[in-house]
Amino acid sequence: MNAIQQLGAWTLGSVARWGRAAIFLFQTLASCAWVVRRIDLLMQQIFSVGVLTLLIILVSGLFVGMVLGLQGYNTLVDFGAETSLGMVVALTLTRELGPVLTALLFAGRAGSALTAEIGLMKATEQLAAMEMMAVDPINRVVAPRFLAGVIAMPLLAAMFAGVGVFGGYLVGVSLLGVDAGVYWSGMQEGVDLYADILNGVIKSVVFGFVVAWIAVFEGYDATPTSEGVSRATTRTVVNASLSILALDFILTSLMFK
Amino acid sequence: MSKPLLEINDVHFSFGANEVYRALNLRVHKGQVAAIIGPSGCGKSTLLNFIGGRLYPNSGSVICDGIDVTSLRRNALFEFRKRLGMMFQASALLTDFSVFDNVAFPVRQNTNLSETLIRHLVLMKLEMVGLRGARDLMPAELSGGMARRVALARAIAMDPLLVMYDEPFTGLDPISMGVIVKLIREVNDTLGMTSLVVTHDVREACTIADYMYLLGDGKVIGEGNPDRMRESNVPDVRQFMNGLPDGPVRYHYPAPDYADDIIGGPV
Repeated sequence: MNAIQQLGAWTLGSVARWGRAAIFLFQTLASCAWVVRRIDLLMQQIFSVGVLTLLIILVSGLFVGMVLGLQGYNTLVDFGAETSLGMVVALTLTRELGPVLTALLFAGRAGSALTAEIGLMKATEQLAAMEMMAVDPINRVVAPRFLAGVIAMPLLAAMFAGVGVFGGYLVGVSLLGVDAGVYWSGMQEGVDLYADILNGVIKSVVFGFVVAWIAVFEGYDATPTSEGVSRATTRTVVNASLSILALDFILTSLMFK
Repeated sequence: MSKPLLEINDVHFSFGANEVYRALNLRVHKGQVAAIIGPSGCGKSTLLNFIGGRLYPNSGSVICDGIDVTSLRRNALFEFRKRLGMMFQASALLTDFSVFDNVAFPVRQNTNLSETLIRHLVLMKLEMVGLRGARDLMPAELSGGMARRVALARAIAMDPLLVMYDEPFTGLDPISMGVIVKLIREVNDTLGMTSLVVTHDVREACTIADYMYLLGDGKVIGEGNPDRMRESNVPDVRQFMNGLPDGPVRYHYPAPDYADDIIGGPV
């Protein structure tokens, strides 16, 4: 009986939480119109979640590109197909690794920071104080951070892919001797603007939306204690990462049939 | 006596199975400093949340300046809150903003005043609490007493009708406490406001309050001016006003018989 009660309580709790998350999302989206009138707040948050995440994205992109160049070359050379290296690196980065790895890194770096910041504001009654000063915290705190996440993610993913292609070039062309012209022309022939790049951009926008939603919701819904904020931050990283990987499978199966 | 600014009428409220209020009634008149006193956990802060529209009672009405707060929709509620000021127990200063920006925050957000006017207004409020010289400090650089004074300056920045103080004396040294006591009275009288002070510090409450309500058992169990409260013969009021460890509010949390518990408990 106890197990059944626990299952029931867990189910009710989960449904209630999903409901809160959905209402919260609607409120946040409705507040985005307010944010457009406060570009200064949006810019500040784009700096915070985007620019400050740039270093980890660029360094990771470079190394991922270098690994792709090395692994791709080692595999392709057995078949005499090392001329396709540029295409392989670019397709892998634009279709999959660019959006997915950027989103995972974004969830770990910016998502966790957003949750911790909002959660701490809640724990120290700063959000309550705003409400009592007739300032809606969803307008002032949540919506700018959410929108900044949605805007920053595709830009970061593009930079990740760009630096990754350069990393592949460094290893494939400069180190292993693939012809530079072949590297670039293979990429030009194999990568389609709409089928590959646009789909990659769509993926990164979706991932940005989901990560930003999870991060701001977890912060806003956190139990206002130090342990509660800590748990919310962990949930952001875990839930966002799992959502990214699951969504990637769904989007890939829809986009690349 | 003037018309009440605040009326709490027959409010019932429960947190799950825990009944916080059963038939709570009280009135606060314009210009008064009213103190709500009561033991920890009796729902004093919950009352402030009702007035600010952050919580809703299960039944009853909360009327402030003729407006039933429980009936307000979201936009109207935010509009109504512009007439309220609140000082939180933990000050709740915005940690990324300086003292000046904290006090300016509600004015900047809710008005279209020029920066010059906002500067004058903020400096006036900071002068009132004696912290004009601390305008550039960050909240982390302030002592507890200073943070409380900045929170007070912020609470009165919009010249509200009603200022609510949630445990304003908790955790302060005697000097800071004296400063806050003096400021609450001064601000109320100088700016023609009405103040509602929620506290469990009886001595300080008696110093500044015009009228006091003692909450317990989900309702008002004693009320009157400080002298009347001090002289009350009602056992609950006497126990609280004199800080007696035992009385109607039992020293021991409800438990089985002591001897049975010791002898009959698990080995």
